[in-house]
Amino acid sequence: MPYLHAFGAHLPERVVTNAEIAVRVGKTPEWMESASGIRERRWAASATSVTDLAESAAVDCLAKAGTTASKLGMIIVASGSSAASGFPGPAATVAARLGLEGTPALDVPMASAGSLFGLAMAARFASTCGDVLVIGAEKMSSIVELSADEHGMLDPNTAILFGDGAGAALVSETPGPWEILDSVLHTDGQFREDLAFDGRSPLRMNGLSVILQASRKMPAAIQEVLAKQSIAAGDVTALLLHQANQNLLVRVGKAVGIAPERVYSNVGRYGNTSSASMLIAAAEWAAEQARPGPIVFSAFGAGFHWGALVARSV
Amino acid sequence: MPDATRRERLMRVLNKVASQPVPEDETESLFESGLLDSFALPDLVSAIEEEFSIKVPDRDLNPRKFDSVARIEAYLEEHAG
Repeated sequence: MPYLHAFGAHLPERVVTNAEIAVRVGKTPEWMESASGIRERRWAASATSVTDLAESAAVDCLAKAGTTASKLGMIIVASGSSAASGFPGPAATVAARLGLEGTPALDVPMASAGSLFGLAMAARFASTCGDVLVIGAEKMSSIVELSADEHGMLDPNTAILFGDGAGAALVSETPGPWEILDSVLHTDGQFREDLAFDGRSPLRMNGLSVILQASRKMPAAIQEVLAKQSIAAGDVTALLLHQANQNLLVRVGKAVGIAPERVYSNVGRYGNTSSASMLIAAAEWAAEQARPGPIVFSAFGAGFHWGALVARSV
Repeated sequence: MPDATRRERLMRVLNKVASQPVPEDETESLFESGLLDSFALPDLVSAIEEEFSIKVPDRDLNPRKFDSVARIEAYLEEHAG
Protein backbone atom coordinates (compact mmCIF):
# COMPACT_ATOMS: atom_id res chain seq x y z
CA MET A 1 0.00 0.00 0.00
CA PRO A 2 1.15 3.59 -0.62
CA TYR A 3 2.24 5.99 2.08
CA LEU A 4 1.96 9.70 2.75
CA HIS A 5 5.46 10.98 3.44
CA ALA A 6 5.05 14.71 4.01
CA PHE A 7 2.86 17.74 3.42
CA GLY A 8 3.80 21.24 2.35
CA ALA A 9 2.07 24.59 2.00
CA HIS A 10 2.49 28.11 0.78
CA LEU A 11 0.34 31.11 1.66
CA PRO A 12 0.76 34.58 0.15
CA GLU A 13 1.97 37.21 2.63
CA ARG A 14 -0.88 39.69 2.21
CA VAL A 15 -3.57 39.27 4.87
CA VAL A 16 -7.01 40.49 3.84
CA THR A 17 -9.23 41.00 6.86
CA ASN A 18 -13.00 40.93 7.02
CA ALA A 19 -12.89 44.68 7.67
CA GLU A 20 -11.18 45.22 4.30
CA ILE A 21 -13.73 43.08 2.43
CA ALA A 22 -16.71 44.42 4.38
CA VAL A 23 -16.69 47.81 2.68
CA ARG A 24 -16.78 46.12 -0.72
CA VAL A 25 -19.66 43.74 0.04
CA GLY A 26 -21.88 45.98 2.16
CA LYS A 27 -21.76 43.66 5.18
CA THR A 28 -20.20 43.93 8.62
CA PRO A 29 -17.05 41.98 9.56
CA GLU A 30 -19.07 40.34 12.33
CA TRP A 31 -21.74 39.11 9.90
CA MET A 32 -19.04 37.73 7.62
CA GLU A 33 -17.47 35.76 10.47
CA SER A 34 -20.79 34.43 11.77
CA ALA A 35 -21.78 33.28 8.26
CA SER A 36 -18.52 31.52 7.51
CA GLY A 37 -16.19 31.36 10.51
CA ILE A 38 -13.67 33.27 8.35
CA ARG A 39 -11.83 36.22 9.95
CA GLU A 40 -9.18 36.79 7.30
CA ARG A 41 -7.69 35.25 4.17
CA ARG A 42 -4.54 35.62 2.08
CA TRP A 43 -4.64 37.18 -1.37
CA ALA A 44 -1.72 36.89 -3.74
CA ALA A 45 -0.22 39.85 -5.59
CA SER A 46 -1.60 40.44 -9.07
CA ALA A 47 1.66 39.22 -10.64
CA THR A 48 1.58 35.94 -8.69
CA SER A 49 0.16 32.99 -10.61
CA VAL A 50 -1.33 29.65 -9.60
CA THR A 51 1.91 28.12 -10.86
CA ASP A 52 3.98 30.33 -8.54
CA LEU A 53 1.89 29.23 -5.55
CA ALA A 54 2.07 25.57 -6.62
CA GLU A 55 5.85 25.64 -7.06
CA SER A 56 6.36 27.13 -3.59
CA ALA A 57 4.18 24.45 -1.93
CA ALA A 58 5.99 21.75 -3.92
CA VAL A 59 9.39 22.96 -2.76
CA ASP A 60 8.17 23.08 0.86
CA CYS A 61 6.77 19.55 0.66
CA LEU A 62 9.89 18.09 -0.95
CA ALA A 63 12.07 19.71 1.73
CA LYS A 64 9.89 18.30 4.51
CA ALA A 65 10.04 14.86 2.90
CA GLY A 66 13.83 15.11 2.63
CA THR A 67 13.78 14.35 -1.07
CA THR A 68 14.31 16.15 -4.36
CA ALA A 69 12.19 16.73 -7.44
CA SER A 70 14.52 14.57 -9.52
CA LYS A 71 13.24 11.51 -7.66
CA LEU A 72 9.59 12.12 -8.56
CA GLY A 73 7.79 9.71 -10.87
CA MET A 74 4.76 11.93 -11.39
CA ILE A 75 3.21 15.21 -10.33
CA ILE A 76 -0.50 16.00 -10.08
CA VAL A 77 -1.67 19.62 -9.87
CA ALA A 78 -5.27 20.25 -8.80
CA SER A 79 -6.66 23.71 -9.48
CA GLY A 80 -10.12 24.98 -10.32
CA SER A 81 -9.13 28.64 -10.56
CA SER A 82 -6.52 27.96 -13.25
CA ALA A 83 -9.34 27.09 -15.65
CA ALA A 84 -9.37 30.78 -16.65
CA SER A 85 -5.88 30.45 -18.10
CA GLY A 86 -6.74 27.98 -20.84
CA PHE A 87 -4.31 25.23 -21.75
CA PRO A 88 -1.81 23.89 -20.97
CA GLY A 89 -2.79 23.77 -17.31
CA PRO A 90 -0.31 24.55 -14.53
CA ALA A 91 1.09 21.00 -14.18
CA ALA A 92 3.44 21.27 -17.18
CA THR A 93 4.84 24.61 -15.99
CA VAL A 94 5.29 23.36 -12.41
CA ALA A 95 7.11 20.28 -13.74
CA ALA A 96 9.41 22.45 -15.86
CA ARG A 97 10.15 24.77 -12.94
CA LEU A 98 11.00 21.76 -10.77
CA GLY A 99 13.50 20.73 -13.44
CA LEU A 100 11.57 17.68 -14.60
CA GLU A 101 11.98 16.51 -18.19
CA GLY A 102 9.75 13.65 -19.26
CA THR A 103 8.09 13.06 -15.91
CA PRO A 104 4.31 12.89 -16.37
CA ALA A 105 2.51 15.94 -14.98
CA LEU A 106 -1.25 15.69 -14.70
CA ASP A 107 -3.74 18.55 -14.30
CA VAL A 108 -6.90 18.04 -12.26
CA PRO A 109 -9.00 21.10 -13.15
CA MET A 110 -11.38 20.55 -10.29
CA ALA A 111 -12.42 23.12 -7.68
CA SER A 112 -12.39 22.17 -4.00
CA ALA A 113 -12.27 18.38 -4.37
CA GLY A 114 -9.24 18.37 -6.68
CA SER A 115 -6.55 17.57 -4.13
CA LEU A 116 -8.62 14.71 -2.70
CA PHE A 117 -9.02 13.20 -6.16
CA GLY A 118 -5.30 13.83 -6.71
CA LEU A 119 -4.36 11.97 -3.53
CA ALA A 120 -6.60 9.02 -4.43
CA MET A 121 -5.07 8.84 -7.91
CA ALA A 122 -1.54 9.16 -6.54
CA ALA A 123 -2.19 6.20 -4.24
CA ARG A 124 -2.94 4.13 -7.33
CA PHE A 125 -0.16 5.52 -9.57
CA ALA A 126 2.60 5.23 -6.95
CA SER A 127 3.08 1.49 -7.50
CA THR A 128 3.80 1.96 -11.21
CA CYS A 129 5.14 5.53 -11.52
CA GLY A 130 7.15 5.94 -8.32
CA ASP A 131 6.88 8.89 -5.94
CA VAL A 132 3.94 11.17 -6.76
CA LEU A 133 3.78 14.81 -5.67
CA VAL A 134 0.18 16.04 -5.34
CA ILE A 135 -0.32 19.81 -5.33
CA GLY A 136 -3.49 21.83 -4.84
CA ALA A 137 -3.04 25.48 -5.84
CA GLU A 138 -5.63 28.21 -6.18
CA LYS A 139 -5.77 31.93 -6.83
CA MET A 140 -9.41 32.49 -5.94
CA SER A 141 -8.97 36.25 -5.48
CA SER A 142 -8.86 36.64 -9.27
CA ILE A 143 -12.28 34.99 -9.49
CA VAL A 144 -13.63 37.12 -6.63
CA GLU A 145 -12.56 40.30 -8.45
CA LEU A 146 -14.52 39.25 -11.54
CA SER A 147 -17.72 39.94 -9.58
CA ALA A 148 -16.77 43.62 -9.03
CA ASP A 149 -19.28 46.15 -10.37
CA GLU A 150 -18.42 49.61 -11.68
CA HIS A 151 -18.05 50.84 -8.08
CA GLY A 152 -15.76 47.97 -7.07
CA MET A 153 -18.50 46.30 -5.00
CA LEU A 154 -18.19 42.49 -4.85
CA ASP A 155 -20.71 39.66 -4.65
CA PRO A 156 -21.03 39.06 -0.88
CA ASN A 157 -22.03 35.42 -1.37
CA THR A 158 -18.61 34.53 -2.75
CA ALA A 159 -16.24 37.41 -1.90
CA ILE A 160 -16.33 36.75 1.84
CA LEU A 161 -15.28 33.13 1.39
CA PHE A 162 -12.28 32.74 -0.84
CA GLY A 163 -8.54 32.98 -0.36
CA ASP A 164 -5.35 32.07 -2.22
CA GLY A 165 -2.77 29.43 -1.38
CA ALA A 166 -1.28 26.06 -2.19
CA GLY A 167 -0.75 22.75 -0.43
CA ALA A 168 1.14 19.61 -1.37
CA ALA A 169 1.60 15.98 -0.34
CA LEU A 170 4.16 13.36 -1.28
CA VAL A 171 2.82 9.83 -1.90
CA SER A 172 5.22 6.90 -2.23
CA GLU A 173 5.29 3.12 -2.21
CA THR A 174 8.19 3.20 0.22
CA PRO A 175 7.12 3.18 3.89
CA GLY A 176 6.39 6.60 5.40
CA PRO A 177 4.57 8.15 8.38
CA TRP A 178 1.01 7.41 7.20
CA GLU A 179 -0.22 4.40 5.21
CA ILE A 180 -3.06 5.14 2.80
CA LEU A 181 -5.66 2.44 3.44
CA ASP A 182 -8.53 3.24 1.10
CA SER A 183 -10.51 5.94 -0.66
CA VAL A 184 -13.94 6.51 -2.18
CA LEU A 185 -14.65 9.02 -4.96
CA HIS A 186 -18.01 10.12 -6.34
CA THR A 187 -19.44 12.51 -8.93
CA ASP A 188 -23.03 13.62 -9.50
CA GLY A 189 -23.33 15.98 -12.45
CA GLN A 190 -27.03 16.74 -12.17
CA PHE A 191 -26.34 19.78 -9.95
CA ARG A 192 -23.27 20.98 -11.90
CA GLU A 193 -24.80 24.42 -12.58
CA ASP A 194 -25.11 25.13 -8.86
CA LEU A 195 -21.37 25.84 -8.53
CA ALA A 196 -19.72 26.87 -11.77
CA PHE A 197 -17.10 29.17 -13.25
CA ASP A 198 -16.57 29.64 -17.00
CA GLY A 199 -13.22 31.43 -16.75
CA ARG A 200 -14.59 34.87 -17.70
CA SER A 201 -17.83 35.61 -15.85
CA PRO A 202 -18.26 35.76 -12.06
CA LEU A 203 -18.45 32.44 -10.26
CA ARG A 204 -22.04 31.19 -9.91
CA MET A 205 -22.91 29.57 -6.60
CA ASN A 206 -26.27 28.35 -5.32
CA GLY A 207 -25.23 28.31 -1.68
CA LEU A 208 -28.38 26.54 -0.53
CA SER A 209 -27.77 23.64 -2.89
CA VAL A 210 -24.03 23.42 -2.18
CA ILE A 211 -24.48 23.32 1.60
CA LEU A 212 -27.42 20.91 1.40
CA GLN A 213 -25.52 18.49 -0.84
CA ALA A 214 -22.19 18.80 1.00
CA SER A 215 -23.88 18.30 4.38
CA ARG A 216 -25.17 14.94 3.17
CA LYS A 217 -22.47 13.70 0.84
CA MET A 218 -19.31 14.34 2.85
CA PRO A 219 -20.49 12.46 5.96
CA ALA A 220 -21.77 9.63 3.75
CA ALA A 221 -18.39 9.31 2.00
CA ILE A 222 -16.51 9.37 5.30
CA GLN A 223 -18.78 6.68 6.73
CA GLU A 224 -18.40 4.66 3.53
CA VAL A 225 -14.59 4.62 3.59
CA LEU A 226 -14.44 3.96 7.34
CA ALA A 227 -16.88 1.04 6.97
CA LYS A 228 -14.75 -0.46 4.18
CA GLN A 229 -11.80 -0.52 6.58
CA SER A 230 -13.86 -1.44 9.69
CA ILE A 231 -12.66 1.70 11.49
CA ALA A 232 -14.95 3.32 14.07
CA ALA A 233 -15.49 7.08 13.71
CA GLY A 234 -14.61 7.46 17.37
CA ASP A 235 -11.12 6.11 16.69
CA VAL A 236 -10.31 8.75 14.05
CA THR A 237 -7.68 11.10 15.44
CA ALA A 238 -7.96 13.79 12.78
CA LEU A 239 -10.55 14.80 10.22
CA LEU A 240 -8.81 16.86 7.53
CA LEU A 241 -11.54 18.43 5.44
CA HIS A 242 -11.73 20.84 2.54
CA GLN A 243 -11.88 24.10 4.48
CA ALA A 244 -15.06 25.48 2.94
CA ASN A 245 -16.83 27.13 5.83
CA GLN A 246 -16.50 26.63 9.61
CA ASN A 247 -20.20 25.91 9.97
CA LEU A 248 -19.90 23.07 7.45
CA LEU A 249 -16.80 21.61 9.14
CA VAL A 250 -18.63 21.45 12.46
CA ARG A 251 -21.70 19.92 10.83
CA VAL A 252 -19.73 17.19 9.03
CA GLY A 253 -17.79 16.21 12.16
CA LYS A 254 -21.00 16.04 14.18
CA ALA A 255 -22.83 13.99 11.55
CA VAL A 256 -20.06 11.40 11.46
CA GLY A 257 -19.53 11.29 15.22
CA ILE A 258 -15.99 12.66 15.31
CA ALA A 259 -15.24 14.93 18.28
CA PRO A 260 -15.00 18.64 17.41
CA GLU A 261 -11.40 18.91 18.63
CA ARG A 262 -10.42 16.29 16.05
CA VAL A 263 -11.89 18.26 13.16
CA TYR A 264 -8.92 20.35 12.04
CA SER A 265 -9.76 23.90 11.06
CA ASN A 266 -7.76 26.83 9.74
CA VAL A 267 -10.57 28.33 7.65
CA GLY A 268 -10.74 31.28 10.04
CA ARG A 269 -7.24 32.36 9.00
CA TYR A 270 -7.11 31.42 5.32
CA GLY A 271 -10.73 31.32 4.12
CA ASN A 272 -11.78 28.81 1.50
CA THR A 273 -8.78 28.12 -0.73
CA SER A 274 -10.71 25.59 -2.83
CA SER A 275 -8.57 22.63 -3.89
CA ALA A 276 -5.57 23.91 -1.93
CA SER A 277 -7.33 23.98 1.43
CA MET A 278 -7.28 20.30 2.43
CA LEU A 279 -3.53 19.97 1.88
CA ILE A 280 -2.76 23.31 3.58
CA ALA A 281 -4.78 22.01 6.54
CA ALA A 282 -2.86 18.70 6.45
CA ALA A 283 0.49 20.53 6.39
CA GLU A 284 -0.41 22.61 9.45
CA TRP A 285 -1.95 19.65 11.26
CA ALA A 286 1.17 17.54 10.63
CA ALA A 287 3.41 20.31 11.95
CA GLU A 288 1.29 21.22 14.97
CA GLN A 289 -0.73 18.35 16.32
CA ALA A 290 -0.32 15.04 14.49
CA ARG A 291 -1.32 12.14 16.75
CA PRO A 292 -1.10 8.39 16.13
CA GLY A 293 -4.15 6.67 14.69
CA PRO A 294 -6.42 6.80 11.65
CA ILE A 295 -6.85 10.10 9.82
CA VAL A 296 -9.55 10.89 7.28
CA PHE A 297 -9.48 13.37 4.40
CA SER A 298 -12.69 14.49 2.75
CA ALA A 299 -13.72 17.14 0.24
CA PHE A 300 -16.72 18.27 -1.78
CA GLY A 301 -16.72 20.67 -4.69
CA ALA A 302 -17.99 21.87 -8.03
CA GLY A 303 -19.34 19.14 -10.25
CA PHE A 304 -20.41 17.92 -7.76
CA HIS A 305 -17.34 15.80 -6.95
CA TRP A 306 -16.73 14.45 -3.46
CA GLY A 307 -15.16 11.61 -1.56
CA ALA A 308 -13.00 10.54 1.36
CA LEU A 309 -9.64 8.89 1.95
CA VAL A 310 -8.45 7.12 5.09
CA ALA A 311 -4.85 6.68 6.20
CA ARG A 312 -3.24 5.44 9.40
CA SER A 313 -0.04 6.41 11.15
CA VAL A 314 2.62 3.73 10.91
CA MET B 1 -56.99 19.65 -0.46
CA PRO B 2 -54.13 19.95 2.04
CA ASP B 3 -54.01 17.14 4.59
CA ALA B 4 -54.68 18.90 7.94
CA THR B 5 -52.67 16.41 9.95
CA ARG B 6 -49.77 16.61 7.53
CA ARG B 7 -49.86 20.41 7.66
CA GLU B 8 -49.80 20.36 11.47
CA ARG B 9 -46.88 17.97 11.53
CA LEU B 10 -45.00 20.04 8.95
CA MET B 11 -45.58 23.25 10.91
CA ARG B 12 -44.25 21.51 14.03
CA VAL B 13 -41.11 20.58 12.10
CA LEU B 14 -40.68 24.09 10.70
CA ASN B 15 -41.17 25.74 14.08
CA LYS B 16 -38.56 23.42 15.54
CA VAL B 17 -35.97 24.21 12.86
CA ALA B 18 -36.70 27.91 12.27
CA SER B 19 -35.74 30.81 14.46
CA GLN B 20 -38.73 32.96 13.45
CA PRO B 21 -42.49 32.43 13.02
CA VAL B 22 -43.45 30.56 9.83
CA PRO B 23 -44.99 32.92 7.21
CA GLU B 24 -48.77 32.72 6.88
CA ASP B 25 -48.57 32.67 3.09
CA GLU B 26 -47.91 29.04 2.24
CA THR B 27 -46.26 30.04 -1.04
CA GLU B 28 -43.80 32.52 0.50
CA SER B 29 -40.16 31.50 0.24
CA LEU B 30 -38.83 30.22 3.55
CA PHE B 31 -35.36 31.37 2.51
CA GLU B 32 -36.17 34.81 1.13
CA SER B 33 -38.36 35.51 4.15
CA GLY B 34 -35.29 34.90 6.32
CA LEU B 35 -36.91 31.97 8.12
CA LEU B 36 -34.23 29.53 7.01
CA ASP B 37 -30.60 29.96 5.99
CA SER B 38 -28.38 27.55 4.09
CA PHE B 39 -27.34 25.69 7.24
CA ALA B 40 -30.94 25.31 8.48
CA LEU B 41 -31.97 23.63 5.22
CA PRO B 42 -30.13 20.34 5.90
CA ASP B 43 -31.70 20.34 9.38
CA LEU B 44 -35.14 20.86 7.85
CA VAL B 45 -34.70 17.96 5.42
CA SER B 46 -33.48 15.68 8.21
CA ALA B 47 -36.38 16.70 10.45
CA ILE B 48 -38.88 16.04 7.62
CA GLU B 49 -37.35 12.60 7.05
CA GLU B 50 -37.69 11.79 10.73
CA GLU B 51 -41.21 13.15 11.18
CA PHE B 52 -42.63 11.52 8.06
CA SER B 53 -40.49 8.37 8.09
CA ILE B 54 -39.19 8.94 4.58
CA LYS B 55 -35.73 9.06 3.01
CA VAL B 56 -35.15 12.03 0.71
CA PRO B 57 -32.81 10.70 -1.99
CA ASP B 58 -29.85 12.80 -3.13
CA ARG B 59 -31.52 13.55 -6.48
CA ASP B 60 -34.30 15.32 -4.58
CA LEU B 61 -31.91 17.49 -2.56
CA ASN B 62 -32.96 20.54 -4.52
CA PRO B 63 -33.64 23.64 -2.40
CA ARG B 64 -36.61 24.54 -4.61
CA LYS B 65 -38.47 21.46 -3.41
CA PHE B 66 -38.28 22.81 0.16
CA ASP B 67 -38.64 26.51 -0.60
CA SER B 68 -42.16 27.03 0.82
CA VAL B 69 -44.79 25.29 2.90
CA ALA B 70 -46.76 24.59 -0.27
CA ARG B 71 -43.80 23.02 -2.05
CA ILE B 72 -42.87 20.85 0.92
CA GLU B 73 -46.47 19.68 1.18
CA ALA B 74 -46.47 18.82 -2.51
CA TYR B 75 -43.30 16.80 -2.03
CA LEU B 76 -44.76 15.00 0.96
CA GLU B 77 -47.98 14.27 -0.89
CA GLU B 78 -45.95 12.53 -3.56
CA HIS B 79 -43.49 10.72 -1.30
CA ALA B 80 -44.99 10.31 2.16
CA GLY B 81 -48.11 8.47 1.20
